[in-house]
Amino acid sequence: MDFQNNTGPETASEEEIFVPSDDVREHLVVVGNGMAGCRAIEELLARDAGRYRVTIFGAEPYVNYNRIMLSPVLAGEKSFDDIIINSREWYSENNIELIAGDPVTGIDRTAKTVTSQSGRTVGYDKLLIATGSDPFIIPVPGKDLPGVISFRDMKDVDTMLEAANGGGSAVVIGGGLLGLEAAHGLTLRGMKVTVIHLMDTLMERQLDEAAGWLLKTALEGRGQTILTGANTAEIYGDGKVEGVRLKDGSEIPASLVVMAVGIRPSTALAREAGLDVNRGIKVDDHMVTSDPDVLAVGECVEHDGNVYGLVAPLWDMCRSLADGLTDQHTGYKGSVTSTKLKVAGLDVFSAGDFSGGEGCEDIVLRDASRGVYKRVVVKDDKVIGAVLYGDTADGGWYFDLLKRGEDVGEIRDLLIFGQAFASGGGALDPKAAVAALSDDAEICGCNGVSKGQVVACIEAGNCSLDAVRGSCKASASCGSCTGLVENLLAVVLGDDVQSGPKTMCKCTSFGHDDVRREIVAQNMRSIPEVMQKLHWSTPDGCSSCRPALNYYLLCALPGEYQDDQQSRFVNERMHANIQKDGTYSVVPRMWGGLTNPRELRAIADVVEKYDAPMVKVTGGQRLDIFGIKKEDLPAVWADLNAAGMVSGHAYGKSLRTVKTCVGSEWCRFGTQDSTGLGVKTERMTWGSWMPHKFKIAVSGCPRNCAEATIKDFGVVCVDSGYELHVGGNGGIHVRATDLLCKVSTEQEALDYCAAFTQLYREEARYLERTAPWIERVGVEYVKQRIVEDDAGREALRARFLYSQSFSQDDPWAERAAGANAELHQHLDPIAIAAE
Amino acid sequence: MTDWIDIGTLADIPQRGARTVRIAGEKEIAVFRTGDDKVFALVNECPHKKGPLSQGIVHGHSVACPLHNWNIALKTGEAQGADEGCTPTIAVKEEGGRILIARPTEMKAAA
Repeated sequence: MDFQNNTGPETASEEEIFVPSDDVREHLVVVGNGMAGCRAIEELLARDAGRYRVTIFGAEPYVNYNRIMLSPVLAGEKSFDDIIINSREWYSENNIELIAGDPVTGIDRTAKTVTSQSGRTVGYDKLLIATGSDPFIIPVPGKDLPGVISFRDMKDVDTMLEAANGGGSAVVIGGGLLGLEAAHGLTLRGMKVTVIHLMDTLMERQLDEAAGWLLKTALEGRGQTILTGANTAEIYGDGKVEGVRLKDGSEIPASLVVMAVGIRPSTALAREAGLDVNRGIKVDDHMVTSDPDVLAVGECVEHDGNVYGLVAPLWDMCRSLADGLTDQHTGYKGSVTSTKLKVAGLDVFSAGDFSGGEGCEDIVLRDASRGVYKRVVVKDDKVIGAVLYGDTADGGWYFDLLKRGEDVGEIRDLLIFGQAFASGGGALDPKAAVAALSDDAEICGCNGVSKGQVVACIEAGNCSLDAVRGSCKASASCGSCTGLVENLLAVVLGDDVQSGPKTMCKCTSFGHDDVRREIVAQNMRSIPEVMQKLHWSTPDGCSSCRPALNYYLLCALPGEYQDDQQSRFVNERMHANIQKDGTYSVVPRMWGGLTNPRELRAIADVVEKYDAPMVKVTGGQRLDIFGIKKEDLPAVWADLNAAGMVSGHAYGKSLRTVKTCVGSEWCRFGTQDSTGLGVKTERMTWGSWMPHKFKIAVSGCPRNCAEATIKDFGVVCVDSGYELHVGGNGGIHVRATDLLCKVSTEQEALDYCAAFTQLYREEARYLERTAPWIERVGVEYVKQRIVEDDAGREALRARFLYSQSFSQDDPWAERAAGANAELHQHLDPIAIAAE
Repeated sequence: MTDWIDIGTLADIPQRGARTVRIAGEKEIAVFRTGDDKVFALVNECPHKKGPLSQGIVHGHSVACPLHNWNIALKTGEAQGADEGCTPTIAVKEEGGRILIARPTEMKAAA
């Protein structure tokens, strides 16, 4: 989904959320509508929802969004709507007044009021400052030129997207996480990007030299220019930015310069209000500032001499803050931080102190061909730091050892090989591994959820993955911790886990619906991309997931997706049905079951010419020619094509046949032209790929000779029009159709057929026929989408016909013309020298 | 001593796919190329019901038989998971960009 094509981010400025002013509760005013401010309120609501009346001021004109997900928005992997944390409904449901797009400009601690830019003055009983950080702008000449921006908020992303539209070159100053993500996004958006980094190593605060070098090499491999040890002298340009000049005199032309050299606590407001401010606003263990009625939380604070720029400490602070506001006194004790990142799709992890020094021992593992580097720093038999590149699966375990100060003397020899090895010398049961984690071990980094919280959430009655995702948000964002959450479900509930949607196959922790949703949401365009982004556990999937992914991509991107032959079952790859002896059978299409002498002759000729041992009329009223050898298939198709016949797709997860009776033209009972409608239906639907095989029938009267009531889509003609039936199946579990509705014209029957087919194509799971699909979602749901929603039906129909404009090519014709000839030929052996 | 037979280049086999080779008097051989460009050769028969393994979906270093979806390890020819059975393997090597397979009878003699 392209952000720019959206209707626009959800803003809250036009329509402020109103809270009655006769509310007599203590008034808590929050300055800052970002991740810390809102999280603090969420924690507070979870403890005592009725205690405070809450007003939140936000400088940006939006609801609360996940700032760390701005990079995926820039990269085009997510839209703004995807990164909203709390929608407008959240504010109104919790009676929170949101004043967005109106920054607070002053605090009067004597009067206990805040004043905003627009002149609004609001009184408070308690004030919470959550102003976060400001991007640091290096004071070089030209820093104020148009086209020089930071990477901090939605406005910056908009500016970058606009610049990227024009193509050209960009310079990113700063090779830390933020800079590299900006560079990655701009590269994906088509700009030529140079990263200028002052230090010799990228991300030197998180990575050591070796890992930084691997990262640099990988990024250069993706087309970026990375200049390390490069010092910016000046940004030049006449009226707008034209480039960057380095201290060594070299110049890099650019139409956009992104300054991403760091952030510093936003303390101006607190400083002017006379609060104690050092590097950040000074707070105690309950996040209270030097004024007992003013609290502060997040990146703007300094606690015990520390300032944090990561989300994990922020979650810890918000918990302590909410405890304090509700008279519980746990207190914040500071955070040990770890960083698990995906920089431009590359896995990076670091935690603790890895700078080395006296008494520190380094344990290092390098596997250049896999692109893996691991370094664990041990001091006095305790892990004090770790850097992982390329394979970060054990990051959580090292971090847990580090935080607990565990004695690792006994497992030191195996430590570097990870938890599975060190805990038992072999593959460790993943459930035992997760059971062994401490309660405060982080499970979900995106949402700051610990093992203890997930367990509590499960024990509170959330017995499925979806329920956990909905309740405590663990695994609800990037999904990389889904396996951990599932293992926790298994550990806590034993056999009582409600198997939500099953995973697609053993290669992934995602179910079919999740995968389909993510393909669309993240605009994924190829099977390897899906496997990469959704953390597939196998190098190239298996025979279950590959055909499914191929179909999902094909369905999501009609006309754009490049079909992957090697992910298709042999029948679809060979456009014929494989039989038990390895030969194939061939079914030419006979529209609506009609044929003529020319077609029959061509079929008879093929049977003789290629020695086909059998011809059979199929259940779908077509002729099936058996016993064709793989190498003869192209010639068979050429002969059938010559007589005007195309592939019947009898082999595919696709529309197969439209079965008909003779209808009003011949039958004394027939009420409508069922044969004619059958032909029209088949002309409209042939060639379409489906989640499973798909059959249609049209019967001319309720005697139903075409057996329309056991088809995926069936039409029964009656005097007054057409009864439309769906979800029938003559397979292992025979199922009669449900009546969808009745329509009065042929055109309507065709339109409903197209819309129903597309709904099935877009929403059923691969290898799920219409019958189990309808039983799963309910026929009422299908009626709602097809019958009751006129605009929705029309949109589905239009999408189906659009997709059909790319798929109605005869696959036999191109093979007969010589395409993929090697699929039908043997390799030619040449005997050569013996040893 | 092994008789090596030149059957072509890596590019002759589709990635994650297979081609077949026929040598007079021998069972058809399937030569596989995996996603990481390793080459394996097996008799083109599933140990289950002789399905043509060359037509299966190649994933990792395994192939799924197109008839009943047994998974066969390309390196050993052994059926994976709960299934039991083994397809004979044929030695393969790459030399000067060409792919060479051992003449199956030679392998039998050597074994």
